[in-house]
Order: sequence, then structure tokens, then C-alpha cells
Amino acid sequence: MLGFLYRRLLYMVPTVFMISVVTFVIIQLPPGDYLDTLAAELNDAGGLDEGTMETLREQYGLGQPMYVQYLKWITRILFYGDFGISFEKNLPVNDLIWDRLGWTFAISLLTLSFIWLTAVPIGIYSAVRKYSFGDYVATFVGFVGLAVPNFLLALVMMYVAFKYFGQSVGGLVSPHLIGQPWTAEKYLDLLAHIWMPIVVVGTSGAAALIRIMRANLLDELYRPYVVTARAKGMSEFQLLLRYPVRVALNPFISTIGWILPTLVSGEIIVAVVMNLPTTGPLLLRALLVQDMYLAGSLIFLVSILTVFGTLISDLLLAWIDPRIRYQ
Amino acid sequence: MTVETTMEPVEEANREETPELLGPWALMWSKFRRHRVAYVSLWITGFIYFMAAFGDFLAPVQIDETNRRGIFVPPQGIHLFKEDVDGTRTFQLHAKALKMQVDKATMRRSYVERPDKVIPLGFFVRGYDYRILGLIPTNIHFFGPTDPKDTVYFLGSDRLGRDILSRIIVGTRVSMSIGLVGVAVSLVIGVALGGLSGYYGGWVDTLIQRLIEFLRSIPTIPLWMGLAAAIPLSWPPLHTYFIVTIIVSMIGWTSLAREVRGKFLSMRNEDFIVAARLDGLSDWEVIRKHMVPSFSSHIIASLTLAVPLMILAETSLSFLGIGLQPPIVSWGTLLKEAQNIRTIIEAPWLLIAPGTTIIIAVLALNFLGDGLRDAADPHAH
Repeated sequence: MLGFLYRRLLYMVPTVFMISVVTFVIIQLPPGDYLDTLAAELNDAGGLDEGTMETLREQYGLGQPMYVQYLKWITRILFYGDFGISFEKNLPVNDLIWDRLGWTFAISLLTLSFIWLTAVPIGIYSAVRKYSFGDYVATFVGFVGLAVPNFLLALVMMYVAFKYFGQSVGGLVSPHLIGQPWTAEKYLDLLAHIWMPIVVVGTSGAAALIRIMRANLLDELYRPYVVTARAKGMSEFQLLLRYPVRVALNPFISTIGWILPTLVSGEIIVAVVMNLPTTGPLLLRALLVQDMYLAGSLIFLVSILTVFGTLISDLLLAWIDPRIRYQ
Repeated sequence: MTVETTMEPVEEANREETPELLGPWALMWSKFRRHRVAYVSLWITGFIYFMAAFGDFLAPVQIDETNRRGIFVPPQGIHLFKEDVDGTRTFQLHAKALKMQVDKATMRRSYVERPDKVIPLGFFVRGYDYRILGLIPTNIHFFGPTDPKDTVYFLGSDRLGRDILSRIIVGTRVSMSIGLVGVAVSLVIGVALGGLSGYYGGWVDTLIQRLIEFLRSIPTIPLWMGLAAAIPLSWPPLHTYFIVTIIVSMIGWTSLAREVRGKFLSMRNEDFIVAARLDGLSDWEVIRKHMVPSFSSHIIASLTLAVPLMILAETSLSFLGIGLQPPIVSWGTLLKEAQNIRTIIEAPWLLIAPGTTIIIAVLALNFLGDGLRDAADPHAH
């Protein structure tokens, strides 16, 4: 197990390195460097003296070759946890992002549990009652869930909630509670709001998993061992859960490797539509005004955290499932 | 060729008794036709691509024609019978003419039907000038008001009084072609890298697999956003279109490469491949003549399933305002008009019409791909 852990951690090194390079390229893509923009900004407000300019130039290695700039950038992150400055807001990136990253991952993980809680029972039902009315409904909903883009579903749900239920839409809590301390009322209000992004982000994933679960279970249901168990007089429900479902669940659990990245992606785009206080709106805004250190840091951290999340789930899977060999 | 030569005797004879006469493609086709949903989807997809090719012919109104007296017009119905003053009803396709009313207190626009005027509609009517497929100049349009001076908004109009239906029809070209071009790009990358990976194995395989794992392990949307946001706004539309296509195709190739690799790995030691190699064929010839044909049906199915993913990707990026930019008309840029809840409540058709189109297109392509995959699988029952 320890060897497996080391190997997995070792595999992550090139991944993390590649993420950092891609992020750095994204930061460098817009024309002009960081200081040009900063100088232009500050010139309006009275100018920036040469000394400060020089210090900053030295800090970021501007004007030097690309790899020097990259090294300076990554060293500051690795050793000082310094992600640079958001020049639109004139604050260190660190002050802006952690709350939002937290919400993004909280919503993504809640969505993951939502997906599993819905997809497993529906998938089992769909497979056991194959070609029944419920199966057709589940299949149809599954196909539609895959076909509707996240943001479209978000818009439709907001429209319905606003028009027919008069609920305030957007945000995670009602406007009058923003900035208030966390009381019981605020928690309840949060629950009343947070289900919507979870359902919206989760729909396409749940749709995909229902189909996987159904197909996996159908492969198992007519195997001889199931017939044997039934012949021994085991109750149908017990039989189902004890053997075929357990086997069918395995490929299902390993879907976490691709589902977490899609959930984080989905959360980001849905957050823009629903105006949630998560990474999405901040990232979009930063990209539109080309506040590149902020945008780059967000992309970097979201990707790294996703990779770590996947790693943790992999380890859990290896720990739970004895059939996974630690090669 | 095998299709033509073998189909005829089979049509006459009983299909079940002489299955060995069918070539692989003909077998696939006959299996595919039995999958009813997929078969219908094939027609829908065909129609959507027809719409993409002949958009101007189908669109009743020029897409950038604005109309100050037709802002946020709700969808206008098509009526079949016209009622005269004396009550006799005659058949005449028409739409009701509308009059704008502004409520002075709330500054809200509303439209009421004018009792005195109807707009006659017809097929093959004259409208704005365009070229069929960019070649033949004409002004005939499939359906619309018979008098070119009238305008009818079958699916409503937007904040500048532009016709939503025409914009959806013309936007089909960009949205659907991004899917096709993106898939073509990912086909090339995916088959090349997947083939290399599976055929040679060893460190090439490890390297390519690591790359694929990397691309799959990170959330794509923020990455695309970063890349797409770097496209300068001043670029000509064609450049933007091309770059967005490439960004979007970065998702498609990984899964394709995995599938190709799997096929190569399982086939590498098959007898017929070994035989071909012993016959002195070069690697490239073995791949081209023996391996690719044996899994091309699979590839086609996977490609069909990749098209809707790319359409959704383009739509999402354009919706966020960092993919395609106006004046390019695509389904994504149309949905961008319906970005906030206030607009949607005032003009729900801005969301419903393009949204439904996207869902229909994606559903049809998904069903089509599923049907193709089932048909291509010799073990499916």
C-alpha cells in the first residue's frame, strides 16, 4: 500500500509540472507584461516611481528570458505561497481566492454525493426492470440530461423558480443575509439555495452514471452465479445487493477519475450564470479584464486541487476494493 | 462497392437465410436501420446539416437586419384561414400584423394584433439577395411573407429587432461545422497518437498515456477559458473561429486515442496482422491496409459521439463571451443574448428557441452515435 501511495505521488509530479507550465503560458498569452498594465493603471493615479518599478521588475523577472520568469514565478508559489498581485483589485491574489476555491470544491463534492445517491438506485431499478415504463423514463431523462448544457439548465431552473415559485435566484444566500454571521437562519437559507446548483451541475454526470450502472448491472444479472443464488432461495432484494450490484459498482467507483474534473468545470460555468460566490465569476471577470495573475492562479489551483481530489479517491478505492492490486 | 453487389440478392431472398452474402458495411446498415430512434436521428441530423448548407435559403429575414419597431416581438403564429368581414373563411397562410404599444408609466413595450391587416405568407417567396452555397445569386426564400417589405418573427425578435428564427438557421452553419472540423482535428491527432501508442508500446506508449491522463485529470472549462480569453477581440472572425475550433477539439482526441490504442493493442498479435507483417509489409501498410479497416466502423461511431461534445463546448464558451464574438452568429452567441434572468423573463423565446435547437441537435447526434456503435459491434444482440 505504501509503495502504491509513493508511486501515485510520483506520477503526480509531471502532472503538476505540466499544469504549472500551461498556467504560466496562459498568464503570458495576452500581449504586454504585467508591469506595463500596472504602470498604465498607476499612471492615472499619480504614477509609479522608478524604484518601485525596478523592485517589481526584479521580483517577477520581467524582461528576462521566459524560463527565468517561470522559475521566479513558481519559486514564489512553492516557497512563499505568493501568487502575485491582482492589479484590478490591487490586492494579493491570496486574499481573494481561498474562500471561493473552498465553495467551488464544497459544491463539487456535494454534487458528487448527489450524483451517486441518485444514479445508483435509478441505475439498479432501470436494469432490474428493463424495458419497463420507469426504465424508459430513466433512459429518456438520461439522454436529455446529457444533451442539455449546464448553463442552459441553470437558466431554465432560475426562470422557473423565479416565475412560478417567486424564489430569489442567484447567490448562495438571500441578499439580506450576505455578510451576516452564520446563524441557524442563514444555514437554512443556504440549504434553500444550494440545492439548485448541485442539481444543475449534477444532472449530466448522473445521466452518464445511470447509463453506466444500468449497462454494468445488465452484464451481471444473467450470470450463472446469480441463478445459483436464486435457486438456493435467497430473497431477490438481498441477492441483488449482495452479488451483482457489488460487482457492477466497481467500474462505477473508478469513474471518479473523470467525474471530478467535469464537476469542477460544470460548477465554474454554472456559478457564472447563478452568480455564486465561487471561482467561476471571479475567473471569468479576471480573464475578461486580463488580470492574468489572478486568473492564472485560479486555473492553477483548481487544476491542482482536482488532481489531488482524484488521487485521494483513487487511494480510497484501492483501500476499499481488495481486487485492485498495488502494482 | 460490396454494398451494391450484395444487397440485391439479399433483398429478394430471405435475409435470415443468407447472411453470409452481406459485406460488413451492409450488415451494419441493416442492423442500424432496425434501431428506430437512431434511424430517425439520422434524418434529423441530415436535416440540420442541410440547414447549415442552405441557411440563407431557409431564413426568411436577413440576420443582421435590425428593426426599431420590432424589439422583443413575441413569436408570431402562422394562421391557415382568413376570415372576411362577412364571415366567410378562405384558405390563406398568414400571420397577424402587430402594432407596438408603449405603456408610458412602466415604459414597457407590448404588441397587439392589428385587426385591419394580415401578412400573407407563402413558399418560395422573394426576399433579400444571397448566393446559394456562395455561388448562385438569387433572392428566393423557402418560406416567408409574400411581400418582401413585411417582416414576420416566427420565433420572436431580440433587443435590436433581429429575427431569431433566421439567426438560429444561419447560426447552424458555425455551430455544426465547429463540431465537424473539431472532430476532424481530433481524428487526426487521436488516431495518430493512439496508433503510435498502441502499435509501438514501450516508452512512446507511456509518454502518450501520461499526456492523455494529464489532459483528462484537469478541469477543462477553466483551461479553455484561459486559452480562449487570450484571443484578441480585434482578430478577424475567421481566425477566432479557427482558434476556438482547435481549443474545443482538444477534448475529443483523448478518448479517441484511448480507443484506437486499445484496438491496436488487442490486434497487434492477431494472426492476420502477424501474417501481413511476415509478408513484408511496412508498418504503415499494415496499419493502413489491415488495422484501420477493421476498426473504422468503431471510429466512425466514436466520432459521431464526439461531435455533440464539441458543439456543447463551443456553446458554453461563446455563452460566457470568450469564445466566438458577434458579429459571428452561432447558437452560443445567440444564447448569450439570454444571459440574465431579467431578459429571460421579458423575452423567454430568446432562451427557449436556441436552447431547444441545441438540445435537439445534440440528442440526435447522441442517438445516431449510439445506434452506429451498436450496429458496428458484432457481439451486440
